[in-house]
Amino acid sequence: MSTKLTKELLDTLPDARGHFGDFGGRFVSETLMDSLMILEREYLRLKSDPEFQAMFDKDLAHYVGRPSPLYFAERLTREAGGAQIWLKREDLNHTGAHKVNNTIGQALLASFLGKKRVIAETGAGQHGVATATVCARLGLECHVFMGAEDIQRQTLNVYRMKLLGAQVHSVESGTRTLKDAMNEAMRDWVTNVDETFYIIGTVAGPHPYPMLVRDFQSVIGREARAQSLEQAGKLPDALVACVGGGSNAIGLFYPFLTDESVAMYGVEAGGFGLESGQHAAPLCAGRPGVLHGNRTYLMEDDNGQISATHSVSAGLDYPGVGPEHSWLKDIGRANYVSVTDEEALAGFRTLTRVEGIMPALESSHAVAYGVKLAATMDKDQMIIINVSGRGDKDIHTIAGIDGIEI
Amino acid sequence: MSRIEGVLKNLKGEGRKALIPFITAGDPNPAQTVELMHTLVGAGADIIELGVPFSDPMADGPVIQLACERSLAHGTSLRQVLDMVRQFRETDGATPVVLMGYLNPMEAMGYEAFADLAAAAGVDGVLTVDLPPEEAVDVAPLFAARNLDPIFLLAPTTTDERIRAISEHSSGYVYYVSIKGVTGSASIDVDEVARKVRHIHELTALPVGVGFGIRDAQTAAAVGRVSDGVIVGSVLVDTIARNQADPEQLKRALADLLQPMRNALDDLAS
Repeated sequence: MSTKLTKELLDTLPDARGHFGDFGGRFVSETLMDSLMILEREYLRLKSDPEFQAMFDKDLAHYVGRPSPLYFAERLTREAGGAQIWLKREDLNHTGAHKVNNTIGQALLASFLGKKRVIAETGAGQHGVATATVCARLGLECHVFMGAEDIQRQTLNVYRMKLLGAQVHSVESGTRTLKDAMNEAMRDWVTNVDETFYIIGTVAGPHPYPMLVRDFQSVIGREARAQSLEQAGKLPDALVACVGGGSNAIGLFYPFLTDESVAMYGVEAGGFGLESGQHAAPLCAGRPGVLHGNRTYLMEDDNGQISATHSVSAGLDYPGVGPEHSWLKDIGRANYVSVTDEEALAGFRTLTRVEGIMPALESSHAVAYGVKLAATMDKDQMIIINVSGRGDKDIHTIAGIDGIEI
Repeated sequence: MSRIEGVLKNLKGEGRKALIPFITAGDPNPAQTVELMHTLVGAGADIIELGVPFSDPMADGPVIQLACERSLAHGTSLRQVLDMVRQFRETDGATPVVLMGYLNPMEAMGYEAFADLAAAAGVDGVLTVDLPPEEAVDVAPLFAARNLDPIFLLAPTTTDERIRAISEHSSGYVYYVSIKGVTGSASIDVDEVARKVRHIHELTALPVGVGFGIRDAQTAAAVGRVSDGVIVGSVLVDTIARNQADPEQLKRALADLLQPMRNALDDLAS
């Protein structure tokens, strides 16, 4: 049922209009079109510019601390009782998550384009922190838009961003979460388009963002593939990553897409369960529509109004998903599943207890599903779970669930 | 000739400018919208832009965001908006109605179903904020086959090449967004708008309507002097918000706001 993917086919995607099959594209108001076309043109030029790539690679090595380890989780493997579980440790990156891979790349783009003012949206605050960090380093003015509800859930990251010199704008409209932060960032961008670079945090948004964020995040999968061959002597049988917008997942999946033997599982936020309607799992339970500049699977009502979402994890609390994931779902190359808040919290506790690694609540979704998956596989098989971020930022949430006030 | 084209042609013949008010359908509640549309016509509207509410109006400032929220609180659907147009048409067969909104409600209904229902209801034009012509290739023929004018935006950032290309995909009029920003935000630089609109006129034969930032008779006249029509949105929607408790007062307030703009535009002709 799965379409056989070749490098030749992948190189044609997205197409010239930014489409991945039926998905993607550039659905924005006219004011932004010129900026997006300039960004696309400049990115395609810089993508093959050795100087740009060398600067990017150097920053990833010396500022982010890459390559991140691929770690064999022996006790977690024993606990699951099936396939070997390996962890890709994006939580060890500078700023504590995979997000910085992309902000380094986009901030470099901003510098090359001569833009001095940067805006970003954030949900859990990881992308906001990663953006504020690179702006501090490059001396760029930084504005982060964050839903008022997320500001309450993620006080630690809000304070980190402020320390880094960013202005955090509380978004009070709509559902006061990530989607509304993105609306507000788009409004700022339209208003200050000449001097502003919008660093989008995930593989969604109008073309060329899904493409360039994917390219910057693909370092995760390139490393994991090489490390897997070197450390285990073979390719993994399955990859597991959480999917909100889907940037850590596409980063892990992309370099393996032509490896037919490697199965892929994107884990969406099941919230209180898909049947409850209170979740953030558009690929599992949504349908295609247009939001934030691209056509993709969305959570919406019968009238095309975007639904409120729910997840214990602010970073997954988003009604859309990157268009390339929508395409991978429809061609059957990747599987999209969900785990509930409760299962994710159990995943958090398990990994913390048996490996001494505290994953972000987002990544805990991948851990929870990975453990279930491994249990169904043979002991000589191997899976890689992407630990996309560390859990320090979620301590208040976990403590609150435990009834403890910190 | 479409109803929009006819109205704009007649106005041009008389040396007059089009007054194009915008309100959000279902705001303050769905039962009032048709009556408010008639009020707008009574106060001098030549064309009505009727906003289709959307949960995530990315190109709109707080005033129209709140209008969407008020409307959606009553569960206003695209189907209901089309029914409002049908009711309006029962007593007004002359005033063109342009639906203005975002793509997703149309996508959810299905483009063909939407085009059929819109044409049957008496809609004349469709302006979809987040649908540039590049993405409209599937939709455009459906509209053309039913005489629905596709109306696209031009912005201060639009290049000459795009102005030409967008105009080729448009009929009725093109909508020049006078400022970089969201609806209802900054005040406009009239000289800059005049320069840009003159330039657009050199590149297309279509009438040019100018919107964003027109809030009183004075700015309406200043913009009317250099364009074929003025589009007035946020200031009307704000008036709706402030008078929502009293339906009769609301109608008077809307008329009191629009009438002086009508007079100021007509003074340009004499």
